Amino acid sequence: MLVLEQCLNGLQFGVMLFLMAAGLTLVFGIMNLVNLAHGSLYMVGAYLATAALGRTGSFLIAAVFALVATLAIGMLVEVVALRTLYERDHLDQVLATFGLILFFNEAVAIVWGRAALFTTVPRALSGFVELLPGLRYPAYRAVIILVGLAVAGLLYVVVSHTRLGMLIRAGASNRTMLAALGVNVRLLYTVVFGFGAALAALGGVMAGPIYTVLPGMGEEILIQVFVVIVIGGIGSIRGALVGAVVVGMVDTLGRAFLKPALSSTLGPSAADSAGPALASMLIYILMAAVLYFRPQGLFPAARG
Amino acid sequence: MAEPLLSVRGLRKRFGGLVATDGVDLDVVEGETLAIIGPNGAGKTTLIGQLAGSVRPDAGTIRFGGADVTALSDSARSHRGLARSFQVTSIFRDLTALDNVALAVQAHDGHSFRFWRPARGEAALREPARAALVRVGLGERADVPAGTLAHGEQRQLEIAMALATRPRLLLLDEPVAGMGVEESQRMVGLLRELRGSHTLVLVEHDMDVVFALADRIAVLVYGRVIASGAPEAIRLDPEVRRAYLGEEVTQR
Amino acid sequence: MRSRAQAWTLTVGFLALALVPVAAALTHQPFYLDLFRRMMIFAIAAVSLDLILGFGGMVSFGHAAYLGIGAYAVAIPAFYGIESGLVQWTLAMALAGLAALVIGAVSLRTSGVSFIMITLAFAQMLYYLGISINAWGADDGMRLARRSAFGPVDLANPYVFYYVVLGLLVVLLALGHRLIHARFGVVISAARSNEPRMRAIGFATFRYKLAAFVIAGAVGGLAGALLTNQTEYLTPSYMHWTRSGDIMVMVILGGMGTLFGPVLGAIVFLLLEDLLSAWTVHWQVVLGPLLVLVVLYARSGLYGLLPGGTHRG
Repeated sequence: MLVLEQCLNGLQFGVMLFLMAAGLTLVFGIMNLVNLAHGSLYMVGAYLATAALGRTGSFLIAAVFALVATLAIGMLVEVVALRTLYERDHLDQVLATFGLILFFNEAVAIVWGRAALFTTVPRALSGFVELLPGLRYPAYRAVIILVGLAVAGLLYVVVSHTRLGMLIRAGASNRTMLAALGVNVRLLYTVVFGFGAALAALGGVMAGPIYTVLPGMGEEILIQVFVVIVIGGIGSIRGALVGAVVVGMVDTLGRAFLKPALSSTLGPSAADSAGPALASMLIYILMAAVLYFRPQGLFPAARG
Repeated sequence: MAEPLLSVRGLRKRFGGLVATDGVDLDVVEGETLAIIGPNGAGKTTLIGQLAGSVRPDAGTIRFGGADVTALSDSARSHRGLARSFQVTSIFRDLTALDNVALAVQAHDGHSFRFWRPARGEAALREPARAALVRVGLGERADVPAGTLAHGEQRQLEIAMALATRPRLLLLDEPVAGMGVEESQRMVGLLRELRGSHTLVLVEHDMDVVFALADRIAVLVYGRVIASGAPEAIRLDPEVRRAYLGEEVTQR
Repeated sequence: MRSRAQAWTLTVGFLALALVPVAAALTHQPFYLDLFRRMMIFAIAAVSLDLILGFGGMVSFGHAAYLGIGAYAVAIPAFYGIESGLVQWTLAMALAGLAALVIGAVSLRTSGVSFIMITLAFAQMLYYLGISINAWGADDGMRLARRSAFGPVDLANPYVFYYVVLGLLVVLLALGHRLIHARFGVVISAARSNEPRMRAIGFATFRYKLAAFVIAGAVGGLAGALLTNQTEYLTPSYMHWTRSGDIMVMVILGGMGTLFGPVLGAIVFLLLEDLLSAWTVHWQVVLGPLLVLVVLYARSGLYGLLPGGTHRG
């Protein structure tokens, strides 16, 4: 039972990673932009949702507000700072978005301080659901899984069956051709970026009640998102989903079971250090292993 | 009968849904000049890439100099005597012409894990580099930054770099691409001079150049060699006319 | 290939650095001794990153990890009673170099965005490793009871330590200068300029890039050993990815690919940090946008503004 519950936790973490990874990989695949500040949008979403919840008492209102506000902030950043970066090389993009991270982390600390903020799960979802006889799982986390899978389904439909999706796929393989055909590439970029920002914000909003809300939370998850994208293949949404679930599972199960597993062989005190240490390294070792056999990731998107 | 210098069997390469190389067999005898022609999109550059080692084939074998080199990297093949020039000029724009060629010499002068002696001062690198530049006719332009050379001179520089690696076989991807009439003629003259001492495989669109230089021609269409043989035979081959020269016929 | 102007600028610069302790003693401001020593230590780190970033074109976003390894290589032996500087600092460079070898061997199989993300990920992995080992202070870090012992050279004396660091910086720059112009350096920068061409003429570029990566890592380890001696303290935060970002900023600010520029970059960055943090504890909210502006509009760095500064290395 414990294993099943941890598997579900792994899936839930994976779904969060997917929300972030999908946006990041889309932006990279279409606009060739490395956006380190993607995590900042996640963080801003979490902070705004927490603050709004404190003011209004309604999770739903807070969530909607946070989503809209973060999306607006994201678009503002795109227009003001990121547009000029599309043409620049990756190093410039890394440095500039690093600057943005410093700004956002500090801005958030100015407004809300450096201490962690606490917010609670909405009352309606604070109970448990009985998924199987004897298996009770927190309702909130179950909802996160459902939301994540719904987003994955929605993305699939949009990318494969709509005109926007077609433009996205075309843009990913041949940017200049798209512009030559008269497509408003600038608008397309803004829309795609907005999409990504909304997903990051959604992740942040849902993360608030179960993860710690503090400055720098975006980068913690961002680096794990990088691992997801490297494993899954840059530019591939399918890769992002597979990579996210795999990473989520490996990390969660590792953290839950490695220490007790080592305890029997190394003794409890050694396992106390070695367990968490090894668990925290697991996903990176996994990444290294995948890279060894397939440097382009599991589902590399064909680039034109 | 001696083994051909370069021998390709069953080469295949696909990129997603696109089949670039669809079972190519080729033989190149030492000392001959083979021209590969074909319509746009036939997969000529991909073929050169696989021969040079920068593109890994999905299937097939490549033998060079009596050994199987299919699994060898491009840098390893360079050391076996295979040199390559690029369709889109690929040089070091910030370095002088002499530095460009000296690099090619350096690549074949032992290893470069030397951390102390300035490379610029090494006569063992400069002298052969200068000689290669003179050979292609760029002797006067040795100290000019490569990026400021004229287009034709840059293509000549590519040849000089290839020569500096003392190759047995030169793979030339459209050597006269983008050149005017006079520059082309100069390049053809240079390549004619090289024919005696080197084996050449060149990909070309310019049929004048092809007929001026080639001992044999292979025609590549949709990744497959549909005909190969002496230039006159190719000129008259009906399938070739239809697939390639036929385009010009219908345009009239 | 030094121009006279560049030689002059460098001489004046290093003379100034050499006179800082004198000035500090005369004005009774030992703080400046500390500050400039810290700047020089980060200058060493920045110069090592410049080798792979500026000359080699490898955007490694995990350089702070090597500083961290170097720092631990001093602190942990000291914790167990091994205080010989020779042992500690050699270990620092060896372990950091080894880590660079392993990380580089995996990361250099990729390029572009993947490379950036992977180097960042591996560095963060080491950070998490540092946090989770309780025996070595975990989150809180470790104190260094005594600075590295080098026989008669007493690093506990701030002046002696200062000149040791200055000496190391000058030696490393001189060695770096030779390396850049030797065959190895030529290969590294040509590979940045046009790697397919390099491979076509016969260079197995991977091994050279990996070697540069290891050298940069080892020197980073030395910087880490110096850093922990400087602060007499060590925390896993030395390896945090934002530190990697800081070092990268120093390189860009000073002038990427100039070898000497990053020294200036380190000095300016830390001065700026010092000034801004005196003004407000939230100085990063200013530094962030400042950095964005530098990247967008002042990309070539400060070194180019100095006489003789347009000379590369």
